[in-house]
Amino acid sequence: MATRLQYDNNNCEIGVFSKLTNAYCLVSATSASANFFTGYESKLKGVIPIVTTSIGGSGTIGSLCVGNKNGLLLSHTITDQELQHLRDSLPDEVVVQRIEEPICALGNAIACNDYVALVHPKLEKDTEEIISDVLGVEVYRQTIANNELVGSYCSLSNNGGMVHSNTNVEEMVELANLVQVPLVAGTVNRGSQVISAGLTVNDWTAFCGSDTTAVELSVVNNIFKLVQSQPDFVGSEMRKSLIDTYV
Amino acid sequence: MSVMDESGMFNVQQTIGSVLCCKCGVPMAPNAANMCVNCLRSEVDITEGLQKSIQIFYCPECTCYLQPPKTWIKCQWESKELLTFCIKRLKNLNKVKLKNAEFVWTEPHSKRIKVKLTVQAEVLNGAVLEQSYPVEYTVRDNLCESCSRFQANPDQWVASVQLRQHVSHRRTFFYLEQLILRHDAASRAIRIQQVDQGIDFFFGNKSHANSFVEFLRKVVPIEYRQDQQLVSHDVKSSLYNYKYTYSVKICPVCREDLVCLPSKVASGLGNLGPLVVCTKVSDNITLLDPRTLRCAFLDARQYWRSGFRSALTSRQLVKYFVFDVEPPVGEATVGGQKYALSYVQIARESDIGKMFYVQTHLGHILKPGDQALGYDIYGANVNDNEMEKYRLSVKNGLPEAILIKKCYEEQRERKQKKSRNWKLKSLPMEMDDSRGRVDPEKTDKEYEEFLRDLEENPELRFNISLYRDKDYQASETASMTDGEGAPSVPIEELLADLDLSFEEEDDDDEDDMAAE
Repeated sequence: MATRLQYDNNNCEIGVFSKLTNAYCLVSATSASANFFTGYESKLKGVIPIVTTSIGGSGTIGSLCVGNKNGLLLSHTITDQELQHLRDSLPDEVVVQRIEEPICALGNAIACNDYVALVHPKLEKDTEEIISDVLGVEVYRQTIANNELVGSYCSLSNNGGMVHSNTNVEEMVELANLVQVPLVAGTVNRGSQVISAGLTVNDWTAFCGSDTTAVELSVVNNIFKLVQSQPDFVGSEMRKSLIDTYV
Repeated sequence: MSVMDESGMFNVQQTIGSVLCCKCGVPMAPNAANMCVNCLRSEVDITEGLQKSIQIFYCPECTCYLQPPKTWIKCQWESKELLTFCIKRLKNLNKVKLKNAEFVWTEPHSKRIKVKLTVQAEVLNGAVLEQSYPVEYTVRDNLCESCSRFQANPDQWVASVQLRQHVSHRRTFFYLEQLILRHDAASRAIRIQQVDQGIDFFFGNKSHANSFVEFLRKVVPIEYRQDQQLVSHDVKSSLYNYKYTYSVKICPVCREDLVCLPSKVASGLGNLGPLVVCTKVSDNITLLDPRTLRCAFLDARQYWRSGFRSALTSRQLVKYFVFDVEPPVGEATVGGQKYALSYVQIARESDIGKMFYVQTHLGHILKPGDQALGYDIYGANVNDNEMEKYRLSVKNGLPEAILIKKCYEEQRERKQKKSRNWKLKSLPMEMDDSRGRVDPEKTDKEYEEFLRDLEENPELRFNISLYRDKDYQASETASMTDGEGAPSVPIEELLADLDLSFEEEDDDDEDDMAAE
């Protein structure tokens, strides 16, 4: 079930200030109140470690890092102290790595789950290799709806994915073939097209910005398979790569 | 799913997917707000702050609507002009883009006008929303200024032009009437009244009267003066209301008049023989000396400096028989008209026994056996000082007769009566019967002569519109067996009358034969 969250008084762009994977959760340390952290804690306490941090002193950690259960990649702006803190806090299976990449907003440029990553077309070759090593994924350079920031406009989990609402059908078919999970074009936060900014998701839970309407929430629940509403339906539709009429 | 284009390029087919409206969940094509139109409309009202009801003023007399502060615009019910006017009256309409406007039907006597406006505005993050809403106009009756003034005093005129010519005939006024009709100069006159020796024109505006006088100045030689009379005076704002009157005098010398020039004028024109014939009057007077075939032009100012009058007018024309015409001794072309000087033997119709041997300038059209009209100076008792002075001063005496024009009476009698294939329009004039001097028979005869004049002189027809008479039937018996027939207007010069003035046509026919 997806939960609505809010960062620091009415800010619904929670994906910018946090990162959620199957093995851990990162939350911004610069929040003025503890409510944001408590929001995550209520769902994840005891299941996976929740780590508060900042990257290079900034709270927008969701934009500056990308990770899955295998590893975590950080932009070069991170300080050594923060890097050490992360290494200490996260489980040993997770490889924490800092990469030198001119596009330092890794969270905006890369969308990944545990098996596949879609990256910004202008990413460097070295970075691509590091990604496939550290995260253990297949890397594909892609654009979404003519936009290069695939990390912002696409949110992936191992069960499904959501893309920018203007993505046309042919492109979605192509993407679905790459990531091998069903995709839907949708919105979060009352019609916002920047999916990752308003949504953090892993295999069993998801968190959305507080402006997300009930309709959007139900779409999120269905595509990321967070709700077992109609077992037959899900089972029979599992093969289709593209389902776009969820309510 | 790529398609080969005509140019050979790969064009990937783009199918727009559908997303769910974030509010109501209905599938829709994605847009900038990602809300379906209804949800968007419920969120945002772009017509907020726009005027939905307004009052407009209407004058029932002249069907005009008031555009404050002072302009009254004439519009028909539910016309394009009314729509434009209604939209102009709305304030704040520049905040949104107007896409469409149309009238919604309302009962005409309900005093309400309803207009449905469709406007477009940008909302949220770049989505453009279109919405239509009705605007109601309450119409209030209010007489406009000019109508209320008219109601108070229907005969109210502000400026009048009194046109006079002190001669005994109305030829000039017939001609002027046609000129005015052709140029539409009196279209703004409130009233036109015909008086003895002239016509009065009444206007609602001093500038209208002024432009009318300017028009007259261009077509006839006139002298005028302007006077004004105080009607009312507003002490506080120092506004004065006047009635203006233009007294316009037309020069009394007309076409075909015989003039004896005073010696000063004659010498001023290069010793033009004092006996001259006036051949054309437009904005200047053309005087032709029949003995030397020399012409002189006098414009209005020059004429009024001396102010001479004609010695003999066309009333005193006498019919002559032409017995012999000698070959012309000299020819001249004056002002587009050819003249030839020759000697002729003529005798008056009333006294055929007495033959005269005179010079004439009509040598180019006269042939033996013709009839001509001319002035009988031999037998006439001319009441003109200049003529007397000239008669005493000259050695050989005055010429016994001066021929003016050829007479087509015989040919006319051969033609059937009322066989003109053209007709004229007339001004809406009021007759002034108060003096009792009007003689309908006389005016009829004068008008008939005027029409004959038009037939004979193409240059007179130049500035006049002649209309084809639909009732005219060409008679088969009108065959010209011998030589020339009576002059008639060639059909190319006639204007086909517009069907718009259908009612006027019938009236015109009657007017032609009746007096003005």
